Amino acid sequence: MKKSKIKNRLPETRVTPSRFRNTIGKYTIRRNSRCVSCGLCAKLCPYGVHPRYDNFSKPLRPVEHKCIGFKCSENDFYCIDRCPEQALTLSFNPMLDTLGDYRWTDEMLIGHWEMAETGNLPVVDLEYNLGNSGGGFDKIRFKLTKAESCSGLADEDIDTSILLNKRADGRPEKTISIPCYGGGMSFGSTALNVIVGRARAAKRLNTLTCTGEGGYPEEFVPYADHVITQVATGLFGVREKTIQYAPVVEFKYAQGAKPGLGGHLLGDKVTPKVAAMRETVVGNALFSPFPFHSVYSVEDHKKHVDWVKEINPRVLVSVKVSTPSDVDMVAVGSYYAGAHIVHIDGSYGGTGAAPDIAKKNIAMPIEYAIPKVHKFLTDEGVRDKVCLIASGGIRNGMDVAKAIALGADGVVIGTADLVALECVRCGNCESGRGCARGIATTDSELGEMITEEWAENRIVNMYSAWRRQWCRILRRFGMKSIRELVGRSDLLVHLDYLEESERLKYQPAPNKKLVI
Amino acid sequence: MPKKYQVPVKAAPPRFKPIGKYTTIEFREDCAGSCRKCVKKGCIYNIFKDNYKHIALMEEPEYLYACQSCFRCVQECTRGIFSRVINPEYRSLGDDYWAADIIHRTWYQAHTGKIPVSGAGYRGPFVGEGFDSMWTDMSEIVRPTRDGIHGREYINTGIELTRRKSRLSFSKDGSPPSEIPAVFEIPLPVMLRQPEFGVLSENVLQAAVRAAYFLGTMFFIDPEYYSANLAQFADCLVPCLSKHNYIDFLERAPGIRMMELSYDNETCRIISGLRALKTGLIISAGVPLNSEAASKAVALAESGADTIHFYADSRGRETGSENPRFIKDMIREVHLSLVGKHIRNNVNLVFSGGIAMAEHVAKAIICGADGVTIDIPLLIALECRLCYLCRKGQACPVKIGNINPEWGKQRIINLVGAWRNQLIEVMGAMGIREARRLRGEVGRSMWFEDLERENFGPIFGERKISGLV
Repeated sequence: MKKSKIKNRLPETRVTPSRFRNTIGKYTIRRNSRCVSCGLCAKLCPYGVHPRYDNFSKPLRPVEHKCIGFKCSENDFYCIDRCPEQALTLSFNPMLDTLGDYRWTDEMLIGHWEMAETGNLPVVDLEYNLGNSGGGFDKIRFKLTKAESCSGLADEDIDTSILLNKRADGRPEKTISIPCYGGGMSFGSTALNVIVGRARAAKRLNTLTCTGEGGYPEEFVPYADHVITQVATGLFGVREKTIQYAPVVEFKYAQGAKPGLGGHLLGDKVTPKVAAMRETVVGNALFSPFPFHSVYSVEDHKKHVDWVKEINPRVLVSVKVSTPSDVDMVAVGSYYAGAHIVHIDGSYGGTGAAPDIAKKNIAMPIEYAIPKVHKFLTDEGVRDKVCLIASGGIRNGMDVAKAIALGADGVVIGTADLVALECVRCGNCESGRGCARGIATTDSELGEMITEEWAENRIVNMYSAWRRQWCRILRRFGMKSIRELVGRSDLLVHLDYLEESERLKYQPAPNKKLVI
Repeated sequence: MPKKYQVPVKAAPPRFKPIGKYTTIEFREDCAGSCRKCVKKGCIYNIFKDNYKHIALMEEPEYLYACQSCFRCVQECTRGIFSRVINPEYRSLGDDYWAADIIHRTWYQAHTGKIPVSGAGYRGPFVGEGFDSMWTDMSEIVRPTRDGIHGREYINTGIELTRRKSRLSFSKDGSPPSEIPAVFEIPLPVMLRQPEFGVLSENVLQAAVRAAYFLGTMFFIDPEYYSANLAQFADCLVPCLSKHNYIDFLERAPGIRMMELSYDNETCRIISGLRALKTGLIISAGVPLNSEAASKAVALAESGADTIHFYADSRGRETGSENPRFIKDMIREVHLSLVGKHIRNNVNLVFSGGIAMAEHVAKAIICGADGVTIDIPLLIALECRLCYLCRKGQACPVKIGNINPEWGKQRIINLVGAWRNQLIEVMGAMGIREARRLRGEVGRSMWFEDLERENFGPIFGERKISGLV
């Protein structure tokens, strides 16, 4: 009992503030020149919006993202009313119009930055669970429950781990402590400190991260037990050694964001270090062709799997495919070829640069693919033997829970990890010197904006906050383990499938018109 | 194998600063002045390079077209003097069908000839009206394009505009037919059409016609705008004629390879007559896309038209209906009615109206079209802002009438080249190497209603809301 308790606990969180001096919040506070720097606001505010140092008496810029906004007016510490000089004004931040989009709204971004900073759910009234897309996860809700069904278990007593190897084939029965692991981001597309930071976070969280298709930098070796080696069509950096390091090897047959198209690393990003890692020429664009030229049938695929299993007798095999209409057949085929993990990647996600036409139009959203594959595997009688992982458009903790209830065992997260590192989703990952915020770049200056430790802490914080959400859901349904939630789609409702009277009981889908 | 068709694109920068999406606001009274850490110097896109000029000249601030919205200046300024809003001009750009975003991306493609690429996933609504309620399918299992789009394998986007014989008929003694009808192909399923509004000066028409000629596609032109200057491009011109003027026009304009007759109840008879008279002429019939479109298509196909060209309104809707259906459903109806009569293969269907993005080309073909024509995107490629001032007789804010035809030609070539590359991307993903093979191939598509019913139906029961949202 004691042992499992330790397993259920996530690592400590460490407060890790933004890298930037001016943070973006839902509200904005202006201090005008009437301020006499009396320091009352600093004394009053329990959220730390008004910082003040003992040895510096001038007013500092308010930490706006900590402000809880107009609802604070009920409190007797409401700085706007209490300021003796009436020097403070509060308003909604008008800049939010320019932040976010239908899928990742402004408040979802700010909410995740807050989680990554504190490791807790935000205290500001932010809608970080639902996007504005008007379909899929944004219209799915967990059923309402009665208060007595709540189990009252503490977070530590709830198990959020999942089992990756269900085949009972003598290979390690590996578990990860949260139902998420990191999606592939290659060395070359993403700054080295970011991917190493993700690996460090994976170690602390006891989960995994993935190399992507860019080789296996030396810096990964200390975290090798938590790094998946990806084998993709370019085979960049795939060697006997990197297969032997890995607890899991992932075959990437397709990517949800650009299914059927293959990868493309622009020449600008192929720096000497990247070129050395991938054994290519500096400054030359690199294509990962589509598809694997050695795989045209499930038998060819089996040959791949067998080859990897032979090289590393302890390795688990994951197969990553996108979501065409025959994704269910592909999943079953992958299972019979010996895969432990079937990873389906839906069309709306992805972190890398992809043609807009591909992201929007090719293959189906993951919300449809999960129940489709789950049902097919169940009907085939092999659902218990395979770990089904979903990804592509799973944005937040509640999306994870919904994906699991729809039928996945766990999910793969990419974009949210980057949002934790203050990605604003401007989408210019590939142009010029790369990401202006120092995430998706190998530029000599921009690539050093983030330290490994900062990245590690932010990511651990975000998952710790998510875990609280999962525990809350599991408690509500009287469950002890997230494994009980798998495939429990009977606990979900979709707003469009409810009668009007029923629908009103649930939170409506956000429906804000955005300027895109 | 025919020569590999490629569209050579070349940057053609805009003449006017395009309307940017974002505006950076500076509260300059808060600026510390001569700050050594000024974020303007550090902008990685260098957008503030010319910024000092308008301040020195006391000009109106420019809207920063180049701003990529990274928030670095907003977040790093030591005094926090920056804020950002959406450019009010951008808010009023376009309308809900021809959205600002579509106009922006069309400008980008006409400028660079590149396909729009971005990182960090899709950012739009889950599903939308019209073409946005279907997805193209890629196939993990059936995948004939073994090399992908970057490989050596050739994806053919060509379509035919002539009538096809389904089989050869031999004479009684078994000798082959003396005359096998010539097949006329264009290398891409996109044709150009003269817009219904806009400053259609000689320069604009020259730009569009030269682009069509260069691309090897067709340009549908109003005969009133035909002039001797266009005669050298007669190969690519399709005059849109009526029963009153077609005889005159054909005499006046030699070298016309294809013509279009606007539909009325005599059209079928005229087409049969013309067939005998001018054997080599390709005849298209221009038909409004309304509730009778399907029955007219059947009659025209039986009367011997080569191509039937349907006109929806500029937003892709059925015409003459109070409750208009969208072009994708109309294409299905027309296509299936011909399939039902076993005559679909005899005739080519071209649709016009509401084709605003490259993905619409692929989706229209999946629904059953052979090809599409575009008009408004041509104007947008020439920097049109869809302000419609020209309709009121007011001056064009970007002086479209005065463009250099060669510049305009390159802009249109860039746009069509980018569209074609996107078409190849989706065809590659679908595992289809022939645009003709894609026609009516709904098996390579997924539709919102079907996906909901098949995947959510077993879980959530019956959908209680009709429509999309």
